[in-house]
Parts: sequence; C-alpha cells; structure tokens
Amino acid sequence: MSAPFAGSLLVGQTGDPLLFSVDAVAVGIVILKVLVIFALLLVATMFMVWFERKLISDMQNRIGPNLAGPFGILQTLADGIKFFFKEDVIPDKSQRKVFILAPYLAFVPAFLLFAVVPFGGDFNGGNDGMVTIFGRDTYLQLADPPIGVLFILAMSSLAVYGAMLAGWSSGSKYPLLGSVRASAQMVSYEAALGLSAAAVVLVTGTLSTHSMVTSQAGDGPWGVLPNWGILLTLGVPFVIFVIAGTAELNRPPFDLVEAEQELVGGFHTEYSSIRFALFFLAEFMNTITMSAIFVTLFLGGPSGPAFFGPGWMWGVIWFLAKVFIFLFMFVWFRATLPRMRYDQLMDLGWKVLIPLALGWFLVLASLEVADARQWNRWVVGAIAAVVLVGGAALLRKSVRSGAALRAEEVLD
Amino acid sequence: MSILAVTEVLVAQNIAFAIIAVGVVVAGVRLVTTENVVHAALWLVVVLAGIAGLYILLAAEFTAIVQVLVYIGAIVVLFLFGIMLTRARLGEGETVNKKMRAPALVIAVAMFALMAYSLWGYFGSTELEVMGRSTAELGQTTAQVADTLFLTYLIPFEVVSVLLLAALTGAIVLARRD
Repeated sequence: MSAPFAGSLLVGQTGDPLLFSVDAVAVGIVILKVLVIFALLLVATMFMVWFERKLISDMQNRIGPNLAGPFGILQTLADGIKFFFKEDVIPDKSQRKVFILAPYLAFVPAFLLFAVVPFGGDFNGGNDGMVTIFGRDTYLQLADPPIGVLFILAMSSLAVYGAMLAGWSSGSKYPLLGSVRASAQMVSYEAALGLSAAAVVLVTGTLSTHSMVTSQAGDGPWGVLPNWGILLTLGVPFVIFVIAGTAELNRPPFDLVEAEQELVGGFHTEYSSIRFALFFLAEFMNTITMSAIFVTLFLGGPSGPAFFGPGWMWGVIWFLAKVFIFLFMFVWFRATLPRMRYDQLMDLGWKVLIPLALGWFLVLASLEVADARQWNRWVVGAIAAVVLVGGAALLRKSVRSGAALRAEEVLD
Repeated sequence: MSILAVTEVLVAQNIAFAIIAVGVVVAGVRLVTTENVVHAALWLVVVLAGIAGLYILLAAEFTAIVQVLVYIGAIVVLFLFGIMLTRARLGEGETVNKKMRAPALVIAVAMFALMAYSLWGYFGSTELEVMGRSTAELGQTTAQVADTLFLTYLIPFEVVSVLLLAALTGAIVLARRD
C-alpha cells in the first residue's frame, strides 16, 4: 500500500525494509509471498472445513467424515471436486451480472484481509520480526501499510457487499430477507468492532499491524505477564471484539443470516455449483482471517519465546498455535450456543456493545492522559470507572423508560 | 523529454494515474447513464474506489483508507440498504427517474466550472512540492492529520461534530411518529 514506486525516494521511512529500494529481487519476493499466502490460506481453509465438521461431530457424539483419506481429511477436497461438476444454475429472475459478481465480492476481501497480518518472524531481543529471504531483509507479512488496522476495518466493511448483492440479485424472497438481515447485522456490529480495535491502537500507539506486534513483544505488566493487547486494554475490548467479530462473520450464535428454519439458506439459497462453493470458502476463510486478527491485535501476533533452531520458525509456530485457539472457539460456539433472536441481536449490538466499547475507550484514554501528566493512575481509573458505571445506569434507565413508553402505546 | 518523464518516479505514477482516471471517468459516465438504481450504486463504488487509488498515488494512505471505510463501506452500503428495503421490485430492472436531467446537468457544469476556476486561480501553473517533502513527513501523514485536526482546527472540528449530532437527532425526530 505504501506507494511502491515512491519507494526509492523514501529511504528511512517506516514499514517493510524490502520496499526501501525496489528492484527485480524485491518484486520477486513480493510475488513469492503472494503465492505462498494464497496457497496456504486455501489449504488452511480446506483444513478448517474438515476440522469444523470433525470437531462438531465429536461434540455431538457422531463420527463425522471418515472415508476420504485418513480421518476423512480429504473430504473437503472431494466436496470441492464435486462442486465443480454440478450444474451451474442461474435463476431466470436474477440480475445476471450482479448475481455472477456477488460471490467474488464475498471472496476477495477475505483474501485481502490476510495481506496485513504478520504471520511469523522473530520478535525476541529487538529483532523486530525481520527475516532474510534471498539476501534481503523483510517482514513475514505481505504488506505493512502505516494504516494497517484501518485497512482491516475497511476490508471487513467491504465483506457486506457479497452477502447484500447476492441476496438482492437472486430475485427471490428468502435470499432478499437473508441479505437484509446480513447487511443490517454487519453494519451494526462494525461500530463495536472499530471502537474496540481503537482501544488497542490507543495503548500501542500505532496503526501498523507490524509495529503493533513489535510493541506487544516486550515485557508486560510486572515483568512476568506478556505485553499483550488483551492485558493492556484490561480485557473488555477483547471480549467485545470477539463478540462483534463473530457477528461480523455471521457465525453462530449470530447466524440469523442463514437461519435454516426461517430462510432456507439465507442469501445464497439460489446459488449452486462452484458459485455456492465460493461463498462457503469465503465464510471459512473469513473465520481463519478473523482469528488471525484477534491474535494480531490482542495476543501479540507471532511474538513468543524461541527455543532452538531459527527464530522465525518459532514466530510461525506461536502464530499458528494462537490462531488455533480461536478456530476451536468458533467451532465450540457453533456446537453449544443457540441462535439469538433478531431483536436480541440488535439490542446487544446497539445498547450494550457500542456504549460499553465507547465508555471503555474513554477510560483507557483517561488513563493515558493520567500517565502523560503524571497523575495518580489509580485515582483517575477509579473516577473513570465511577463515571462509566453512572453512564451505564443512566443509559439503562432511558432504554427501560423508552421500552415502557412503547409498550403503553401498544396497549392504547 | 516527454510529458510523462519528469522524473523516474513520475513515469510510473503518471501511467497509474492515467489508467485509474480513465476507469473513474468511464464508471462515472455509466453511473449516470445506467437504468438500474442498484447498478448505479455499484458504479458509484467503482468511482469512489478509483479516487481512493488516486489518493494512494499521492502517498495519502490515511485519506484513501478513510475514503474506502466511510464512502464504500458505510454510505453506499446504506444507499443499497435503502433501495433494497424500499423499492427493489424483484426481477425487473428498476428504472431511474429522468425528469431532473436538465437541472442536474446545469448544476454539474456549474460545479465543474467553479472548481476548475478556483483551483486554476489558486494554483495556476505553480508546481506543488510533493517530492520536495522530507521523508519523515511522508511516513507520518496519519499523525500529521491527527495533529492538525485536534490542535490547529480543534474548534471547527468540534462544531462539525455538534452539527452532525444535531442532524442525527433531527433525523430521529422526523422519522419517529411518536
């Protein structure tokens, strides 16, 4: 993103050192990174589909896919091949061009999101996550734009187009209802997502994902705990981000978009063959990418101690291990939590998550000011907490009285 | 020396500018000529994305990403949402109201003339010193934007915020029947 052609002028700028001087080797390395990330993400998505099916069958006391390959691990591949050979139906009443475009609009942001995620590198002892490929220093991440976090938010707000246009262009009622639900839900939860990400930006003081990981790699509170965003922001933004992220992905318990009992399949009801497979892939790829973003923002990304062998390898191992926690969490959500009702979903988003994220952001900001002015942290924190609780009480009262007012009107 | 090759960097930048600019103009023309409201909204997305690309060419990443975040990610989504909820008759091409074409043309030409006149009058043929800026400045554009917004222009910023809040409250008051 950082204006590649201007690179040769900007020696000493921040960002990936690979792009300080652009030549054939640098371009080759970038292309190599693109190919590796593309391939790995596809393979990881296939693995994720298998993992989800297998884990959910374990939780439901079934066996799950077990015929294609050892432990059924090739099941996704078999399904993918089958999708290719199915008949591709485009409904008569659909808006043909938009109908064809929509799956790609769902698919592409899922890929683009991963471009700013650091997925490896040695962050110990001031190494700054640098690796050397073909004699050039670079980061293990496709791009490190100075506005990385905003890029993440922008891409996740583009993801809504796929669902929205798919439902509209199908020319049928269930998909349209599904896509209206999807877009309302995604737009509602984006604000909470952005406000809780802003909390991490506030405590780490940077918008670049790489600098964010670097600042989380040092020693944390009391020198024992890691310096992770989840601890620095005191936990609450992490919980909000996970809830809003799950809603943004339309995964259970927020999967009203494709509530089978009400809407058949939701926005992709009319899709068949490989076009349906694209939606399916995009959903699982988004799950992986969202987990990677949780890890980058709140759990220190690929930073972690290195024991033996090359340091960058440990970065990759830590990253994968941390991502795996969230992949498991998403499947666990799906297996155990019942789907929310639509009014509950909107109440949670607008009346709980957004005010809480905003209030918590103000508390963190007041603590930052306290540190800068050398005021007493604990006193400032206590006052901010009291204000937060008071505001919450007022909000609760106004929501209650509004609900009571409407109930009265209904009775009249 | 050709018109493109002022410096080595400008060649690449000018070629990219030309490609994006042609794309934006074509999309802009399709935006006003298409018959379907949703297609028009999608062409608007292409126009806005192209302008975000132009911002990146000017090394203004923050402006570019905010363009994507606010215009494409929020405003056009709300357009589409409104169209879908109110007038998306399924299966047939939604026709656009053409009665206002003449006044729209007049306003468009007037706006273009005004902007061209003021830009030309202010800058004339002076060359902007984009390339003369120090590297530290180019690397820190987001911080610069924040500093100017919250120090130099704090009062106008707050006034605009209050204005937006008033508009929001007004919209709720108008939309609610009770």
